[in-house]
Amino acid sequence: MKSLNVKNITLSFGGLDALSKVSMTIEPGLITSIIGPNGAGKTSILNCISGFYHPARGEIVYGEKDLTHSSPHQVTKMGIARAFQNLELFGGLSVLDNLLLARHTNLKYNFLHAVLYFGKASRIEAENRAYVENVIDFMELEPYRKSIVGNLSYGIQKRVEVARALTLDPELLLLDEPMAGMNIEEKEDIVRFTMDIKQERKTTIILVEHDLGVVMDISDQIYVLDFGQVIGSGTPEEVASNPKVIEAYIGED
Amino acid sequence: MDNKEHLQELSIPQLLRWRVQNTGDKVALREKDFGCWNSYTWSQYYDHVRKVGLGLNKVGVKKNDIIALIGDNIPEMLFMALGAQSIGAISAGIYQTTMPAEIAQLLTYMKVEVIFCNDQEQVDKIVEIRDQVPLLKKVIYEDPRGMRDYKTDDWFMFIEDLYEIGENIHSEKPDLFESFVDEGKPDDTCHLCLTSGTTGLPKGTMLTHKNYISMGLQITQVDALEDTDEYVSFLPFAWIGEQMNSFGIAMSTGITINFPESVETAMEDLKEIGPHFMFGAPRIYETIRSQIWLKIDESYWLNRVLYNYFIKVGEKSATYRMTGKKMPAGLKFKSWLGYQIIFRPLINQIGLLRLRRAYTGGAALGPELFTFYQAIGVNLKQIYGQTEIVGIAYMHRDGDVRPDTVGKPLPGTQCKISEEGEILSKSPCVTPGYFEMPEKTEELLEGGWLHSGDAGYIDEHGHLIVIDRLSDVMHNKEGEIFSPMFLENKLKFSPYIKEAVIFGNKRDYVSSLINIDPIVVGKWAEDKGISYTTYMDLSAKPEVAELVYDQIKEINERVEKEHFKIKRFALLYKLLDMDDDELTKTGKIRRKFVREKYQNLYDALYDESVREKEVEAFFKYQDGQSTSVKTKISFYTMEGV
Repeated sequence: MKSLNVKNITLSFGGLDALSKVSMTIEPGLITSIIGPNGAGKTSILNCISGFYHPARGEIVYGEKDLTHSSPHQVTKMGIARAFQNLELFGGLSVLDNLLLARHTNLKYNFLHAVLYFGKASRIEAENRAYVENVIDFMELEPYRKSIVGNLSYGIQKRVEVARALTLDPELLLLDEPMAGMNIEEKEDIVRFTMDIKQERKTTIILVEHDLGVVMDISDQIYVLDFGQVIGSGTPEEVASNPKVIEAYIGED
Repeated sequence: MDNKEHLQELSIPQLLRWRVQNTGDKVALREKDFGCWNSYTWSQYYDHVRKVGLGLNKVGVKKNDIIALIGDNIPEMLFMALGAQSIGAISAGIYQTTMPAEIAQLLTYMKVEVIFCNDQEQVDKIVEIRDQVPLLKKVIYEDPRGMRDYKTDDWFMFIEDLYEIGENIHSEKPDLFESFVDEGKPDDTCHLCLTSGTTGLPKGTMLTHKNYISMGLQITQVDALEDTDEYVSFLPFAWIGEQMNSFGIAMSTGITINFPESVETAMEDLKEIGPHFMFGAPRIYETIRSQIWLKIDESYWLNRVLYNYFIKVGEKSATYRMTGKKMPAGLKFKSWLGYQIIFRPLINQIGLLRLRRAYTGGAALGPELFTFYQAIGVNLKQIYGQTEIVGIAYMHRDGDVRPDTVGKPLPGTQCKISEEGEILSKSPCVTPGYFEMPEKTEELLEGGWLHSGDAGYIDEHGHLIVIDRLSDVMHNKEGEIFSPMFLENKLKFSPYIKEAVIFGNKRDYVSSLINIDPIVVGKWAEDKGISYTTYMDLSAKPEVAELVYDQIKEINERVEKEHFKIKRFALLYKLLDMDDDELTKTGKIRRKFVREKYQNLYDALYDESVREKEVEAFFKYQDGQSTSVKTKISFYTMEGV
């Protein structure tokens, strides 16, 4: 298992520094949460890691590989997958098709094979389907397998979003506010799934989440961002007693 | 079909062995997993039973020890049950919705030594009560997911490990298992089936191998089943209704049992299998009917016109078919046409096209529903029985379906009405008694007859008519008798009413607390442009009350007797629920409890001056927390009653 090192990155939009000199170490096999007020730069970090943005300075290293300037599809190939905050699913396709589509990087047969649907093509398709079914079982999506995504409730769509990331069989999973807009029961489900992803699938998780109760409950390590800077980090207990963090969240007297 | 009487002389595991010898390669069980249907042949079924049996023996389970099973329906449930039975132990099913405290009581009462749980959800409940059940030696689980923290503790055991132990013993002593199976006697108790517990803690009914097998043979004498027939197992395993099929009928006829992928997908999976017979509580048929209405309502106009026309034709022809009378040619043609044009595709969509017979039992079903199902071409029939007689003793015959009766006794069943009007039965399926409850057993089997506790009579056609629970039958102030259940069913036939509780014992008039159907009424409100938020909010809408008012008015116009008329009603702000103890695990109303819980509403129903009342509604969440909400509830009086 590899660790992810974010070293001194700075990301600027024009004159505005969305992130300035941010460093983080994501230990393998753990849940690392990134918290902070709105606009603190949480999603920007995820965007840098997943290759949507490229930091102006600093570097991001995953294991031995430098992914500072990699594009999203190259990052995906390194075993990093992401579930988006605002659902990025195909609303008109079924859950099954959405998940199968996510595995297109694993389709290693050529055009001719696909036309004939023979030998390699049918074997790989079957393997992919089996893998997707495994994820469906894991995320308990059986009742919705053939439902059109757009017709499902928001809570279920969020679950499909996480499932879609899982079908890539990632070593590192980026979850961007998976619990936003959910009711208590749906949140409890996602918490359970997150724990299971970490323990059953041995996946490293970076969680960006606003619900502090959940974050304090399940994180092994927490980074707190404010105005693009890391203002505190450590275990949940350490972070909860850090005066800077309290100030950022509750404000000054 | 050849004579199968000799099968009654076998124990269930012996019968399984007999099936292996005769049709070992035929599919016995099928389970949907990872999106595929996987099958087990009778031989593979037997292999698993052997592994479990020998494994349990090694773990220390002896003859007459009790093994509890809790979880969703999966083939492993049967492997565990039959594995236990094959070494002379007794299996016992517990409803998967049971709360930990009650599980503790049940395990203590039945002296359970080993429990089988399908997943972490159930295991966690057992962990919670661990110090209350010192007798429990092992917790065996099927799904390893989320069990990592338990792996170091040898109180827990993964089913694959049990299989391995069993397999190792089998390779050392290949004859051991057969000798265990040989020891089984048909009159040994093989399973403890919990009664529904309408009053108090459920009682464990001891059932023998012979009880189950006779039941399977009796029912197939009336309605023959082929061993190529399919059955979908979606009822709770702890309920006698499921064991009737998985132990009794499947073993004695060799049909295939199909296990759905999950509880939520059962209806989808039913479509894929297309069963030849099914059995369900009235609730299931009510739900399917609501779905059909909803679908037709949402369909395009031509479908609606055709449906509305042909449902009337269907109902007319159904009355002929149900009574076995000859249909006039014109009607016969129209009914055939309706079936081809609309009903055949309709029932195909729900997966009921191959269905030869559908049975309902466990509680009464409104007569209108029989006509409805018969009209769309589903042969729905009532059965009647109780846990203590393996679920079934009376049944409608084809061409003799009288909606207000429960049919005639099965072959081999005798029926008698006691002087108090109680239904008594006698048959090879009657239980030897309750587990360690000699007094209750004495009461149950007094005079050699099984006392049902139901009031009833036999009509001029030889059909049994069940009025209600003997203890539930009500009298109004003038002493006129009425059955609350009968009236509740009339109410529940309205698509807008999900549940109803009738009051009126020793009172001037009948009144009712009503649960509207959230889906149907929700859709109705949407169509009318009435906005609402929660169930509570929807229930409090005056427009909804008006809707229900009209429904009751219609029912009042059609009732047989003047004193059946419902005078006052209120729409309850929450659905009656099992978790709140308002319903039993099989969905029956716990009348006494409901009345006591809603005493203030009851009082208001009988105080005609009250039109509105402030109440505090309590909600209990699954994690044990509760909240309360203040709301207003209105009471309505029917005019002219």
